Amino acid sequence: MLTSSSHTMSNNNSYSNDRGSSFEAEYAVDPASGGFFIPILKSKRHDDLKEMLDSNKDSLKLEAMKRIIGMVAKGRDASVLFPAVVKNVVSKNIEVKKLVYVYLERYAEEQQDLALLSISTFQRALKEPNQLIRAGALRVLSSIRVKMISPIVMLAIRDASSDMSPYVRKTAAHAIPKLYSLDPELKSQLVTIIQKLLADKTVLVIGSAVMAFTEVCPERVDLIHQVYRKLCALLVDVDEWGQVTIVNMLTRYARSQFINPNLREEESDRDFYDSSSDASDKPTTSLDPDHRLLLRSSRPLLQSRNAAVVMSVAQLYHHAAPKTESLLAAKALVRLLRSHFELEVLTNLTTDSNVSTILRELQTYISNSDKHFVAATIQAIGRCACSISEVTDSCLNGLVSLLSNRDEAVVAESVVVIKRLLQTQAADPKEIITHMARLLDSITVAQARAAILWLLGEHSQKVPRIAPDVLRKMAKTFSDESDIVKLQVMNLAIKLYITNPEQTSLLCQYIFNLARYDQNYDIRDKARLLKQFVPNQGGKIKSQAARMFLANKPAPLLQSHFKDHEDLQLGSLSHYIKQRAAGYVPLPLFPEIPPSGEVRNVEPVVTEDSKSYKNSDKMGNSMLFWGSEPSSPGNSSSASSSSGESSSESSSASEEESSEEESSEEEEESEKAKKSESPYEVSTSDDETVFKKASKERKLKEEKSENSAETKVNDKKTNLDLLLDLCDINNEAPVMTPSLGGFFTPTTAVVAPLTMQLVQPIFVNTKPMELLNRINGRGLSATYRFTRSPHLYSPSMTNINIMFVNNTNEDINDIRLGKKNLAVGMTLHDFACISKLPPNCSLPATLGIDFNDTTQPANFEIVSSLGNFNVCIKPKVGELLRPVKIFNDLFLEKQASLRGMNRAFYCLNAVHS
Amino acid sequence: MIHSLFIINSQGDVFLEKHWRSPVSRSVCDYYLEAQRASGNDINPVIATPHHYLISIQRGGVSFVAVCMEEIPPLFVIEFLHRIVDTFQDYFSDCTESIIKENYVVVYELLDEMLDNGFPLATESNILKELIKPPNILRTIANTVTGKTNVSDILPTGQLSNIPWRRSGVKYTNNEAYFDVIEEVDAIIDKSGATVFAEIQGYIDCCIKLSGMPDLTLSFINPRLFDDVSFHPCVRFKRWEAERLLSFIPPDGNFRLISYHISSQSVVAIPIYVRHNLSIKTGEQARLDLTVGPKQTLGRTVEGVKLEVLMPKCILNCVLTANQGKYNFDPVSKILHWDIGRIDVTKLPNIRGSVSIASGSNTAEINPSINVHFTISQLAVSGLKVNRLDMYGEKYKPFKGVKYITKAGRFQIRM
Repeated sequence: MLTSSSHTMSNNNSYSNDRGSSFEAEYAVDPASGGFFIPILKSKRHDDLKEMLDSNKDSLKLEAMKRIIGMVAKGRDASVLFPAVVKNVVSKNIEVKKLVYVYLERYAEEQQDLALLSISTFQRALKEPNQLIRAGALRVLSSIRVKMISPIVMLAIRDASSDMSPYVRKTAAHAIPKLYSLDPELKSQLVTIIQKLLADKTVLVIGSAVMAFTEVCPERVDLIHQVYRKLCALLVDVDEWGQVTIVNMLTRYARSQFINPNLREEESDRDFYDSSSDASDKPTTSLDPDHRLLLRSSRPLLQSRNAAVVMSVAQLYHHAAPKTESLLAAKALVRLLRSHFELEVLTNLTTDSNVSTILRELQTYISNSDKHFVAATIQAIGRCACSISEVTDSCLNGLVSLLSNRDEAVVAESVVVIKRLLQTQAADPKEIITHMARLLDSITVAQARAAILWLLGEHSQKVPRIAPDVLRKMAKTFSDESDIVKLQVMNLAIKLYITNPEQTSLLCQYIFNLARYDQNYDIRDKARLLKQFVPNQGGKIKSQAARMFLANKPAPLLQSHFKDHEDLQLGSLSHYIKQRAAGYVPLPLFPEIPPSGEVRNVEPVVTEDSKSYKNSDKMGNSMLFWGSEPSSPGNSSSASSSSGESSSESSSASEEESSEEESSEEEEESEKAKKSESPYEVSTSDDETVFKKASKERKLKEEKSENSAETKVNDKKTNLDLLLDLCDINNEAPVMTPSLGGFFTPTTAVVAPLTMQLVQPIFVNTKPMELLNRINGRGLSATYRFTRSPHLYSPSMTNINIMFVNNTNEDINDIRLGKKNLAVGMTLHDFACISKLPPNCSLPATLGIDFNDTTQPANFEIVSSLGNFNVCIKPKVGELLRPVKIFNDLFLEKQASLRGMNRAFYCLNAVHS
Repeated sequence: MIHSLFIINSQGDVFLEKHWRSPVSRSVCDYYLEAQRASGNDINPVIATPHHYLISIQRGGVSFVAVCMEEIPPLFVIEFLHRIVDTFQDYFSDCTESIIKENYVVVYELLDEMLDNGFPLATESNILKELIKPPNILRTIANTVTGKTNVSDILPTGQLSNIPWRRSGVKYTNNEAYFDVIEEVDAIIDKSGATVFAEIQGYIDCCIKLSGMPDLTLSFINPRLFDDVSFHPCVRFKRWEAERLLSFIPPDGNFRLISYHISSQSVVAIPIYVRHNLSIKTGEQARLDLTVGPKQTLGRTVEGVKLEVLMPKCILNCVLTANQGKYNFDPVSKILHWDIGRIDVTKLPNIRGSVSIASGSNTAEINPSINVHFTISQLAVSGLKVNRLDMYGEKYKPFKGVKYITKAGRFQIRM
């Protein structure tokens, strides 16, 4: 095969060789392609490529594919080769396959019928054992934009979304928007998959799942409620791109779910500061704890190396954090500036403390030679002066001194800024105005002239002698002025006429006559309008003139030009280009009344309760109740007193609950009874009772989970407080509390079973620990205890008894073990599936775990008809020891062989059985 | 989301295009090229066209133009484009037009892996390298002979671990970990020699070649110096918060561990001074005299010193004599370059001579500024010191090294 070798040789050059017209030339020298036909038939051009693709040598195919990809990369049409390429989708060679995939993605849309040929291959690849092949197949399959195959893609996505490999699930999340854009009718099915993926715990998947969410169904806020706390908790670990997406989405969420923190600040100033100063673990009073959680968990991201992440967090703080805290983001933003991208930022960041530095900096800029830059600087000074009142005077002085600058542009700019400053300031402008009026002779920049004239007009009473004189001068040069100045001259004229008709009426008439024949229609128009106020010109509405022209003008706000777009989301494309980009959805305003935070509790509490928040009617009432609380002070005082009461009440209730395991229904009843007796309830309606109960229930839950946090056996992602607690203790050394150690003989720490005699444990803890509480388990609760004996399955496994209790009113079916997430070296032996657990019954199960001599927790999932629950068993070190009987000599010998290792000393109380 | 990517060379030719969704005609690039013609290199990173938004970066003489159709944070795209270039540099050691053309197949495969449907999929170079082997000379030759390719025959199976930035099964015969503490001094010195503003921008770049899954802990003697830090994702934020030490499982190879900022609150030592004098004698002549000397360098020599004097427009020419190094004056850009090199403390570098000024220009407005470049090795100007590096999780003893370098960042002296 001569051709093959020649192609292989040209391997690396093929890309640069076939540029432009050299294309034909290359083929002409190729003997296999039949050079004669090339000029005649264009479609024959790729014959050699086709031949190579049809050959049975992988290297030839590969070479052909490379050249085809080269064509694709350069945007040349390679669609003629589609039939030849698509055949190779079955190729065993991974590289060929990959390139064929790339080709298919590009051209499948154009050649729909032929593309269908490849589908079965993908379907087969979706079942490959290698996760990367599965992911790749799904990716290409979903990228083939052929509507006909959407059911197949749908199936593939659904399968992949419950794939073992997180990478495949991630790809599934990516495929969702693709399919959605192909066939929007599948939305409802896709939404269920998104919901499933959002519940995924792998950080790899979540970012993409949220991306799919924002692409497909951003309006389905209800899907976020359940995963909100989890998202916050995992935010730090998600990849950078996912972080951007999640933070942007959560900003929207926060804007729709929480009340405006700045509004609250005004209402309860003190409360707010108290809470922000020690935001670490004290429950905040003013900010919704979930809101606080979001802010707190996103804060570390300000430290990200990725500018996009920092920006997105900054915009979160800007849009959804109390004003005092958004300063946090400022520092990080300054860092961004340095890394990638002056004045705008400087002034936007000014606060009282740094203003003097910045002003000094600005002063040095003024001496810069670039006039545009100087002008911008002066405006920046103006903005500074405006926003910070203490420095206004010094700014003003500085600007006035600039008026004597030699450069006209600088002066003009200063005049304009001074004009604005004077408007905002009540300071005595007389001197400045006189000074400026004198400048009018020399300044030629139209804007500045106009500004001076306007100022004169406004303050004409303060300078009664100068103003008419200026008007006289202006009248002389009226025809040579630019339009903007002419308009201001007319304004000045009419104002002077009103205040000082004796001196100026003639001048006024003269000016209006000139204006009447002006070339510009705006000026003619204005002249006609203003003439109505001059009586001796036939004006009729003189009486109102003074009120119209000498009204107090509201001071304009000096703002940076980004200000006009502040309704657009900070850091968004729309914000940058200053117009709404396609697909831009404005941020929702903060709701006046926050929707209940209940929905974010992962566990629906009791069936009755869950009804109350699904039912929108009751919900509305409860929100109303909540909203009205702060507005009516009389009511609120009673509410607070009663809430204090109720909190003590509930705490006692929770104590009850934790000590004795009462059935929930009974407790509900008793609580209800208690509450209906409380004086507060008298004034409220039935629905409110429901709400009150709900809130109380929540408190209860929180307290309860706090209790369980102390015992450190609970699901990580169920409750905010718990979660925070766990966050704090995370990363610390494994808890090896000696508190329980008193019961065991530390000498048996030496595990050498061959020479020692195993004995029965002297003491077995009979008190069970909580594995899954019934709230988290939606009615299914589980407790566990260590039996201190090896498991039947393997002697290295420790035996754990689990007791399942059904607290619901229905049967729970199929309780078994789901996904396990164990540390390296750990193994777990499942318990037998419990096929049916009747209401109010309990059943035991036995689990074997080999903890691999560590105290790492074993995380796994309990699957039942109620859903999947994550649980975690964390062994105390003592539970992993095996009781042995050992003689003194042997013990000493063993001990000697362990020199240099860690020693643990425990004081033993003699235990006699 | 990113619809398409066009890579454009300095001549304005689109030489590579990649579409992640329905193809977009390359004619959209005309808007970009037009903007480039209008504003030269200082091109607006976001261009709005009637139907598309073009977000672009320029690196290595090549423009990367991403096409978006909908609202998307622009920084997201910009960061991603930079990440693409970083990846190319990682793979091919540089990112120029010819290199991209030479490796177009790998480039195309990379782009395909990095973005799926316009959303980033795998961007960590360690994962990418598992999927697509980077080319090297030996393999290129071997591939030409045997007809094999850069794509690994056996796809990795378990690489998608909990640590996305590190691949599993790394093995080195020599286990080494090098840390470069690089600090850049940004400063503005005013006429009188007083510091208007000074701050330090620092980085710690690592070159880590360690086998297995090492867990490193880097501690500093004086971590309180840090004012503002940003981390590589591998750094455990909680331990930093609690103990002010860097605990991380490093990626394999070169990466930037943290970048930090030491602001003007803490006093920044200025390691160099320039004594300058520009006296205007007559209307058209002036004398320029510059002397450079070290200051607060703790005995280290200042190297690689370069001065860049930005003269005002009215300066016509400079005739100077330097006692060290070379100088040249570009009459078009009005920049006087003076390449000094190492500063010898016994004989300070000096340049003096006459400057001719265009007649009739305003002499009061002659206030040139000097941009200074220098490097000082073995010194971190902030005083930052690495205390120790500990490794957990692996048994071998690695070779550890820390290097300190201070450089001038944007160091400007006003005259």
